[in-house]
Amino acid sequence: MKKALFAGALLGVSLFLAGCGKKYANGEVVVYNWGEYINEEVIDMFEKEYDIKVVYDEFTENEDMYPIIKTGAVNYDVICPSDYMINRMIQEDMLYELNLDNIPNYKNIDKTYLQSAEEFDPGNKYSVPYCWGTLGILYNRTMVEEPVTSWSAIFDEHYSGNILMMDSVRDGMGIALKYLGYSMNTADENQLEEAKQLLVSQRPLVQGYFVDEVRNKMIGNEAAIGVIYSGEAIYTQRENSDLVYVVPDEGSNVWIDSWAIPKNAKNKENAEKWIDFMCRGDIALLNFEEITYSTPNTAAREMIKDEDIKNSTIAFPGRDILDRCESYRYLTTDVEAMYMKKWNEMKVSN
Amino acid sequence: MSKSNTKLASRNKWMQRFISAPYVVWSIGFIVLPLLMIVFYGITTKDGRVTFDNLKMIFEPTNFSTLVLSVQLSLVSTLVCLLIAYPLALALRSLKLKSNGLVILMFMLPMWMNFLLRTIAWQNILEKNGVINMLLGAVGLPKLNIINTPAAIVLGMVYDFLPFMIIPIYNVLAKISDDVIQAAADLGANQFQILIRIIFPLSLPGVVSGLTMVFVPALTTFVISDILGGGKILLIGKVIEQKFKQGNDWNGGSGLSLVLMVFIFLCMAIVQKYDKDSEGSGVW
Repeated sequence: MKKALFAGALLGVSLFLAGCGKKYANGEVVVYNWGEYINEEVIDMFEKEYDIKVVYDEFTENEDMYPIIKTGAVNYDVICPSDYMINRMIQEDMLYELNLDNIPNYKNIDKTYLQSAEEFDPGNKYSVPYCWGTLGILYNRTMVEEPVTSWSAIFDEHYSGNILMMDSVRDGMGIALKYLGYSMNTADENQLEEAKQLLVSQRPLVQGYFVDEVRNKMIGNEAAIGVIYSGEAIYTQRENSDLVYVVPDEGSNVWIDSWAIPKNAKNKENAEKWIDFMCRGDIALLNFEEITYSTPNTAAREMIKDEDIKNSTIAFPGRDILDRCESYRYLTTDVEAMYMKKWNEMKVSN
Repeated sequence: MSKSNTKLASRNKWMQRFISAPYVVWSIGFIVLPLLMIVFYGITTKDGRVTFDNLKMIFEPTNFSTLVLSVQLSLVSTLVCLLIAYPLALALRSLKLKSNGLVILMFMLPMWMNFLLRTIAWQNILEKNGVINMLLGAVGLPKLNIINTPAAIVLGMVYDFLPFMIIPIYNVLAKISDDVIQAAADLGANQFQILIRIIFPLSLPGVVSGLTMVFVPALTTFVISDILGGGKILLIGKVIEQKFKQGNDWNGGSGLSLVLMVFIFLCMAIVQKYDKDSEGSGVW
């Protein structure tokens, strides 16, 4: 996540570049999306078809994006935050309600995901799902005795030194909570304390706490078991066929990144055109092929040629798996501070 | 005569001010103002009331133990740097190179590469299936398991900050006149006595500035502990980063930064004491 350092520089460069170029008949749309989270061809296609100039900026973390929207430092027309951040922005009245009449391709979005999205956007009024995935376990079948199906594997002394844990407060605490049978969104201090104790006992067994590095370490056979996002799992399997991704039986986190329009947008109609374009089957397919994160777009999924990918339970888990999963909600500053405090107490324990 | 001299002096003074203006503007905008902002955030609450709670946060058991660990690791790294750098600087001095350029280049060259990249390289070298363990395995020796331990962090700190120790010490040593050393020898001092009683005291300013230049960045780093510690070792720099980013608690982060600054001011005070012949002060 050191990439955050570059986000500022990128922002400056892209704003500068935005000043150049030809005239467009229908104004502009200013897009703020995650880094490496689109097929760049798609941006050109949108500009040509709608005669709207696209100013495209990228962020690395929800927490980097939030203050820019909150303070109105830049007037973005359309943004792509994660579930809990959308939840927070709705609570703080920072988003416009969408006019679905302007987004006819909305029909392509699978009802299953709209239903999941209701957890953070009740009534699906403010956001349209773009990409989604689960949090789960990636294991190396040559290094474990039996297939992993439960979070218990990452708390198993047997795999001491061979476990890669997720270095993220919400994910790390969330896993422990889920294993204990609690909600990943709990605000109960006793449950959090219990989760912390579990993580304290896990700490000596863990090789390290990572985020992005898990992918390469698992490919390089550095560990037997790692916690990873599903979007990375397909890539790791291509590189190392011994790796298996599983969403544990106790359930896990399902996350959804969705398009939304902030209240300080200047081109709301163009933003809705952008969202509609992203929901078009062929466009969603182009994006899926480029970034390999799961698409909620049924039209796009129909068009996938590779049968293995089309029927992959990693990219497209069934309803049974999703029913076990929970999305994160925004928990107020105080509760999130408590999560971080418990996590840090675990980190300094002996 | 004296009149034109003062005129000249005042013109020089104005010239100096003119030339240093960009630097002064820069340091006000990017050093003084941000520092004042940190002080402001550090002693206020979210709604702007004055408080010392942010500073007291350092005494929370979690934060305090990260501070203690940070101080320990950076002290060890600084000491190791000194033990490596001093003999090396002595050896370089005895080479009597005509130009310092080559020496400086030798130590600066690796620093031209981004230090993140060099630290990540160490991660690959030290890993379980990394370069060192592959070599050890090939000749049948037991594997080295220091990645994700404090030892790996100390190694990373020493590697990254060693040049900051060597260069100031070498600069001071190179300036010590041979006459002084010969005089000591003439008066009957042996090599060891010359080193302990002549060279070392004369080199103290360099040693002190080297100690500071290693200790301060080592104390505040969070990148090295992230990369080589595998997230298992939490240092105070990381806690501050978390406060600012994930926690969105600028007041708390600033408060902890202020506490760290106490250490930095202490170091600066020590340097000031030893570095008496500083040049070019008093422009403004």
